[in-house]
Amino acid sequence: MATPESLRARLLRIEGLPINAVLLILVAVFMLVAPEVFLSYRIYMSFLANVPPLLVLAAGLTLLIAAGEIDLSFPSIVALSGWVLGYCIHDLHAPWLGLVLALAAGALVGFLNGVLVARVGIPSIIATLATQFLWGGLTTVLSQGLSYSLSDVDELFVWTLFVGRIGPLPVQCLWALGVAICLWFVLNRRRFGEHLLFIGDNVKVAEIVGVNPKREKTRAFVLMGVLAAFASVLLTLENQNFFNTQGGGYLLEVMAAVFIGGTSVFGGKASVVGTVAGSFIIVMVEAGIVATGLQGFWVRAVVGVVFLAAVVGHLFIQGPQKATTRRRLLHGKLGLNKGGEP
Amino acid sequence: MPDSTAVLTRDEAAFRHIVRLERVDMTFGRVQSLSQVDFEVGRNEIVGLIGDNGAGKSTLIKIISGVLRPTAGTVWVRDKRVDPSSYSVRLAHDLRIETVHQGLSLGEQQPLWRNLFVGRQIVGRFGFIDVKQEKAIANQLLRQAIGFRSQGITADSTVRDLSGGERQGIAIARAMHFEADLIVLDEPTTALAVNEVRKVLAFVEGVKTGGRACIYIEHNLAHVHEVADRLVILDRGRVVRNLKKGEVSLAELTNQMIALHEGNADGHA
Repeated sequence: MATPESLRARLLRIEGLPINAVLLILVAVFMLVAPEVFLSYRIYMSFLANVPPLLVLAAGLTLLIAAGEIDLSFPSIVALSGWVLGYCIHDLHAPWLGLVLALAAGALVGFLNGVLVARVGIPSIIATLATQFLWGGLTTVLSQGLSYSLSDVDELFVWTLFVGRIGPLPVQCLWALGVAICLWFVLNRRRFGEHLLFIGDNVKVAEIVGVNPKREKTRAFVLMGVLAAFASVLLTLENQNFFNTQGGGYLLEVMAAVFIGGTSVFGGKASVVGTVAGSFIIVMVEAGIVATGLQGFWVRAVVGVVFLAAVVGHLFIQGPQKATTRRRLLHGKLGLNKGGEP
Repeated sequence: MPDSTAVLTRDEAAFRHIVRLERVDMTFGRVQSLSQVDFEVGRNEIVGLIGDNGAGKSTLIKIISGVLRPTAGTVWVRDKRVDPSSYSVRLAHDLRIETVHQGLSLGEQQPLWRNLFVGRQIVGRFGFIDVKQEKAIANQLLRQAIGFRSQGITADSTVRDLSGGERQGIAIARAMHFEADLIVLDEPTTALAVNEVRKVLAFVEGVKTGGRACIYIEHNLAHVHEVADRLVILDRGRVVRNLKKGEVSLAELTNQMIALHEGNADGHA
């Protein structure tokens, strides 16, 4: 059966194609239902200003989930690093120091997560649930439960660099795009990414082929910590405000974005392109529902429907491969016996 | 399968044993999996390793392939002592020791090209994986070494889509491609149909004619008796017999194994 590859198979090999199609369909639907909002560029500029923190978090989480791990502590990193940055700007007038320390704080929290999971051996869902409380709580203590208003921050170069505007275009969308592209290469074209995929696929196999799961997992948690801190920098600067529970709302949205994008909850299979689409879908449904005149109450219900539809869709897309396996088994074309029937 | 194995004559540096273990112990918690094991493989020798389930065969080869570190004892590769703290799968690969592990040593959801090169990726100057080259070599291997013509299997196929025999073929092809001096096969015929088993046996003999060595773990005594130069019998973590080819007939070997097995059963009763 040396048939040339079918068009369907070739299309499916393009990463994230189905979920990007869903994204486009959603845009088209919203354009029809709420043309006055969705045919103007402003709504898209608003997306590009608000999606980046979510996207950076989701892209980072994609790599961890690829390795079969999870991080629930990133909302607390968003809070902690935001406080570090806010404190440095507000009290010390040292924005660059704040930037460096915020990222370092994220790396440190990530490293601690990595040690707890990879060295101590605590399942990541438990370890990071605990550190989520720890660092979130500590942020509240450090900030004394207060917020910082950073209304003058837009006069600083650090603001212009990360969340300024080029014409109407929010700069943070370029940063987020850059992060997503880098992470795509890390996952698909670096040894580290390949090792994460094999760890998520089967740790025993990974060890047998010479991967060091402890080291690679620790690295992945550190990477996630730094990315969460970077997301916090974008968020805090864009909002021109720090509040001690910032990041809390991201936990479920970020996970939804990753899974809508087609990354497997079981590890071993992940798509950064899908995660990018998933992130936009999450934010767009929210804005779109409000714009169509439906009550805001509907948002979560509709996200749920889209989420389920996406997950079921991914299952169906994987279907054909299983079907070909069955077909080949039926025809008795088992691997090595190419020389006719026994 | 064996036609690409006969080309190898390289690295004529003098050594007697490709690998040698001396008084190796391995304990997992309170379980003593290997005790005081002496084991060696000559440079052009096929050693059949047999024993009951739980005799320690897989543990032994995991030590040789760098997956496990022995709790005590010494490992020698090419007559040179190996520092146990630095011995790893990677180092074993560098020392040209390749292992086809029992069951699976492949990532099921990953494409074949990744499976062939993981741990030894071809990377460019900036550390990016050269996907094009990896795929090209993988496709060549699939066609020539394994004979996956006209099966619709390409470098991009995932392992999940392959049958047991095909998977074993990939694992063996990986060992062949990296041109090892010692190939360790842990029950390579378990999942295979009869004619596929013949190919594996032919491959083992090809290793011998290629001037290389092989450790061959096998439950089927007839297979291992046929190809091995020497048979080592493990029983409850100890080497209990060391038999040269021709020293024992298949029938005698079978009786010995049954006697050992019954001895174990009595011991446990």
